[in-house]
Amino acid sequence: MDKKRRDFLKIAGISTLAGLGGPAVVDRLVTGTSPVGARAAKEIDPAALAETHEAEAKGHGEAGEVAKTGRRWGLVIDLRKFREDPELAEKAIHACHSTHNVPHFTNKRHEIKWIWLAEYENAFPEHSSYYKDKLTLDNEVLVLCNHCDTPPCVRACPTKATFKNKDGIVAMDYHRCIGCRFCMAACPYGSRSFNWRDPRAGLDMNKLNRKFPTRMRGVVEKCNMCAERVGLGKQPACVEACAESKAIVFGDLNDPNSEIRQMLKTNFTIQRKPSLGTHPSVFYIV
Amino acid sequence: MLEKALKGNKYYWMWLAFLGTFMAIGAICYVRQYNYGLGLTGMSRDVSWGLYISQFTFLVGVAAGGVMLVLPYYIHNYKEFGRITILGEFLAIASLIMCLMFIIVDLGQPIRALNVLLHPTPHSMLFWDMIVLNGYLFLNLLCGWVILTSEHKEVAPPKWIYPFVYISIPFAISIHTVTAMLYCGLPGRHFWLSAIIAPRFLASAFAAGPSLIVVAALILKRVTKFDAGKKAIDKLVTIILYAALTNAFFVGLEFFVAYYSNIPGHKAALDYLFFGITEHGVTYDNLVPFMYGFVILGVIAIALLSIPYTRRQNDFYLGLGCVLLFISLWLDKGIGFVLGGFVPNPLEQITEYYPTANEIFITIAVWCTGFFILSVLYKIAVKVEEDIHA
Repeated sequence: MDKKRRDFLKIAGISTLAGLGGPAVVDRLVTGTSPVGARAAKEIDPAALAETHEAEAKGHGEAGEVAKTGRRWGLVIDLRKFREDPELAEKAIHACHSTHNVPHFTNKRHEIKWIWLAEYENAFPEHSSYYKDKLTLDNEVLVLCNHCDTPPCVRACPTKATFKNKDGIVAMDYHRCIGCRFCMAACPYGSRSFNWRDPRAGLDMNKLNRKFPTRMRGVVEKCNMCAERVGLGKQPACVEACAESKAIVFGDLNDPNSEIRQMLKTNFTIQRKPSLGTHPSVFYIV
Repeated sequence: MLEKALKGNKYYWMWLAFLGTFMAIGAICYVRQYNYGLGLTGMSRDVSWGLYISQFTFLVGVAAGGVMLVLPYYIHNYKEFGRITILGEFLAIASLIMCLMFIIVDLGQPIRALNVLLHPTPHSMLFWDMIVLNGYLFLNLLCGWVILTSEHKEVAPPKWIYPFVYISIPFAISIHTVTAMLYCGLPGRHFWLSAIIAPRFLASAFAAGPSLIVVAALILKRVTKFDAGKKAIDKLVTIILYAALTNAFFVGLEFFVAYYSNIPGHKAALDYLFFGITEHGVTYDNLVPFMYGFVILGVIAIALLSIPYTRRQNDFYLGLGCVLLFISLWLDKGIGFVLGGFVPNPLEQITEYYPTANEIFITIAVWCTGFFILSVLYKIAVKVEEDIHA
């Protein structure tokens, strides 16, 4: 090979690399943080939490991400409040399930749930619970869809029947879902349920909420963060159910002045399975 | 050429009637499932894919296995495979039809299946799986039919078919790779989250598919005048043996990574599959016998296919070795891999899966439909061969 051609190839190769990798490097330098670093910081330093969210929102630039100026609805679940009032969780669950006509089946195989109680070690399997203190031992944790910023279920769905709204809510189109259940395999939080049979068989038809549809058999469903209520300016049903206690706080994670951001700023919070890179929008105060 | 499938002796018709009976039973079961919903199966919130999807996964491998005949013949010009490549192509057709049927019976809303085309979603691996599976089915129908037709007319195959034959080779690899990607790209499913899944799938596919072809060739030799030839069979057995050993090696690597790293999430599904998990005093081990079967049958099969006497001198042992290997790999991929991946669930709770009778009959019916199609296609291929030599 003659020398000129070699030189040309070298330059071409380097400039291609620069072209591909350059923007990413510049991006990182400008924001001054990498998403990995930001996440690590979040687990250690609660004070850094608020800042890292903004940084994170900037850091990702992929399709489907919430623009930093847009809304990103989220929840903070204060487990201390649920310990104070043991009936609160049941209230929230009941509010959710009756608002959304979630059927009840006695056969565990057909079970459908949007929000439910799980043992601490089941909700947070990555956290050590070798010698559990009495509080975590005796109390369960409310779990629900995390409305991830990078939702694996949305990535997996072959028909876009599950999608992320611009406001961060991961929602379902029950009329498009083909019932392949790929999203259920993809969800690392076990948040999705499938209508194994006609859901109306598990509903008291006299007590239906006529403002929300029942589903048909053969489609997947899950918590929708009450998109239908939020759209009207209301709070999600579970939040409303524990209203005065402030056990669940709902708000815009992208708004630095929101109540939820103040909560995140002043409390140490954790998320479920943060190592998977799903960026949940649901935070827990233990 | 289709008319060739309509002439056969009474055993041929009895065989088809036997398969047809199970197809009819399965059809009734499917009507029941269609009317009630997938609640008639043993699947649940925690084990949300069951027998259907695990059969699908295994059969994609059987379909891809046919390439182990096409590749040596068309790329390496290994003439001995000339007569049996058609068996590989027709096996791929039958397997792919089974795959598509298993997908359809697994859908909650089968009438909406075309939504995958109406709303194409490139970031979903299922979208790509649909493309490669249908693409591979089309290629095999085209190549198989055109080449058999020219054989029938005793002319050389038309030149334009060769590009399609060559494209079908990477397609065979792609169907099983993309099928592996359905599983290995899911965060939080530790058992599946392994870069070795696609190669392991391919290794087991290249053992399982050709095993079935050897068995078919041995049967055809007995009941028809179609003789694949000793040399071709022996070469195929070599391929099977290497593929089976590679698969065993990959399985061993999975064990090493899980148990040497000692990470609970990586060990959990293997624990459940091979040893059973005890939690709160309850032992969950309903898949352990299947996994033992996988290992024991696999060892016996590999021995039968390696020992010169059983491999070369005795068709019965050779056939037995291939059948056992096929069953062994089916236990691994057609049972353990998919079902084991759901245990424990994302909240580290254990739910076991037991298929219902209705579900099992539908599964049997899809298999019988595949073998029905395979029998008819092989009948045509064999008759064409016989006519040439008559």
